[in-house]
Amino acid sequence: MASLQTLIAKPWIWSFLGALLVWLATVAFTGGYGGGGMITAALSLAVFTVIVGVGQMFVITLGPGNVDLSLPANIGLASAVAMKVMDGNDAMIVVGLLAALACGMAVGAANYLLIWALRIPPIIATLSASFIIQSIDISYGRGLQIKPPPGFADFTNWQILGIPVLAILTVLFTVGAAIALQRMIYGRSVLAIGQNIRAAWLAGVNVGRVRFLTYTLSGMLGGLDGALLAGYFRGANVDIGNEYLLASIAVVVIGGTSVAGGKANVPGVWGAALFLVLLLTMLNTFGVSAGVRLLLTGLIIVGVITVAGGQKALR
Amino acid sequence: MTAAAIENQLKGASTRNAAARARMLRSLLPALSLALVLLAIAWLNPRAISYFGFSLMLNLAIPITLATIAQMFVIAGNELDLSIGTFVGFVGCVTATWLKDAPLLGIVVLAGSIGVYALLGALIHLRNLPSIVVTLGMSFVWQGLAILILPKPGGKAPDWLLSLMAFKPPFIPFPIIAALLIAAVVHFGLMRTSYGVILRGSGGNAAALKRAGWSLLKTKIVLFALTGLFGVLSGMALIGITTSADANIGNGYTLLAIAGVILGGGEFVGGRVSPIGAVLGALTLALAASPLLTFMHIPPDWQVAANGAILIIVLAARVLISRREK
Repeated sequence: MASLQTLIAKPWIWSFLGALLVWLATVAFTGGYGGGGMITAALSLAVFTVIVGVGQMFVITLGPGNVDLSLPANIGLASAVAMKVMDGNDAMIVVGLLAALACGMAVGAANYLLIWALRIPPIIATLSASFIIQSIDISYGRGLQIKPPPGFADFTNWQILGIPVLAILTVLFTVGAAIALQRMIYGRSVLAIGQNIRAAWLAGVNVGRVRFLTYTLSGMLGGLDGALLAGYFRGANVDIGNEYLLASIAVVVIGGTSVAGGKANVPGVWGAALFLVLLLTMLNTFGVSAGVRLLLTGLIIVGVITVAGGQKALR
Repeated sequence: MTAAAIENQLKGASTRNAAARARMLRSLLPALSLALVLLAIAWLNPRAISYFGFSLMLNLAIPITLATIAQMFVIAGNELDLSIGTFVGFVGCVTATWLKDAPLLGIVVLAGSIGVYALLGALIHLRNLPSIVVTLGMSFVWQGLAILILPKPGGKAPDWLLSLMAFKPPFIPFPIIAALLIAAVVHFGLMRTSYGVILRGSGGNAAALKRAGWSLLKTKIVLFALTGLFGVLSGMALIGITTSADANIGNGYTLLAIAGVILGGGEFVGGRVSPIGAVLGALTLALAASPLLTFMHIPPDWQVAANGAILIIVLAARVLISRREK
């Protein structure tokens, strides 16, 4: 019984429970038809939210005010860069992926440069940066009609026994992220900074370097996401990352990471991403209109957070 | 009195003076940012500095200012409203449909939406929820409702609203007069009344306020209701200018409003906000995002980048100024 109690005490359990409930509701509605396919589809789509969600989680964990609003613009630009470098050629897949990663890292580094040099709140810095990135993307990606190389498109859609390979790789990646967060000096430093930046600094944590690495990491994951999205949806697009602004923040917070910083939760990101994707699938299955879908999504998010409850204030 | 004591006293006075100077420079920063943008405009296009030029450039300044003030109230209580943009869109849709065709229903719905904001404040306080998530969820709710009310762009603003927003006073363009009025009213309410101090105190030191016997539940409800009220005013003003509505019309306002508050010298924690600063910040943003850029020969591709660059330049200038004061 003790193990069950510790399980219930975990903040991420709620998001998985929510995902399960939504899935059950949909399967009950369809009379058991398409339950497996729904999981496959949910896994494929959740991957993209999880990747940026993890980046956003590290950033948010740095403490109040830390958030990366440049992700959508970053994803858009990286998708264009990846498609242009790959140029539909299977031999260039790795080069294209590296180019997208480098592009994302440059965006992340530029974000931190603005925060550090101008001493402005990250919300404003990443917002201003995103305006500029968006323009670069519009100008660079104008009329871009390049399809992804067939090998790359197949890879992003590749499934083994109904499980997307990309999802398996992303699970491995999130396990790595969880280890980095809880067991490595970098992750512990991020948590320490989020709990008390001054105390972390006094304890000898190189605050500037850790924050720089975190924003660069978030940028890099945005870049990776852009390339993968372009592969999955067969082409780059300026607006391809738009929904990931709210989604990346939503999965982090629904997943049990504290918005006040200093407390992060990797499994919760998966649970919340699956929950949001399945929720959308459920509402689509019910055949509701776009307005009702948005309305219910919002009400359910508010409902879930109200039931799961806020954490007790530390001070 | 010995010479050393006098010297000490003088030193004390001079650090006090320096602190006062730093505080004053700090409060002048938003005005300096605005002056900087105005100078840039005057230099790039002298003809823009005229009655007509300002009316054109500040076309959307009133709704942006009102949305920024709305955001400022929640920030004063250490919260953040990520739904203000879609809320402005929702209000716009109500204004262009029900408020014109069935005014009574429109008024009830708009008043009800302010009530929803008040309830959100209560919910966030009672359950100790992160406002970012709750308002994120609400942003979907408002957008969904807006689409249900107005599935396709359209509708029409009530005539009285149109004529109000088309008001052309002599000498000074209407947006400037409106901004002055908004700044004066909110400044008086929040900075000069005793309950305004309590409201800001709930962001500054909630525990102290609670021990002094004030209800934190009430302050949170009032702050959120004020956000709702100014959100409603912003949406109505917007529709008065654009004459018709669209469910997505306000989406950009969420981030603009946050940026405006911060440009205006507000801070995310500690109840440190400035209504006058927020209005100046909103005007700076309105100018930066105005059609001015089109007649500055900036190709459309780079228009968004120009907005971002202006924001960055203004902030960089602020850093230079605040470094000098040390």
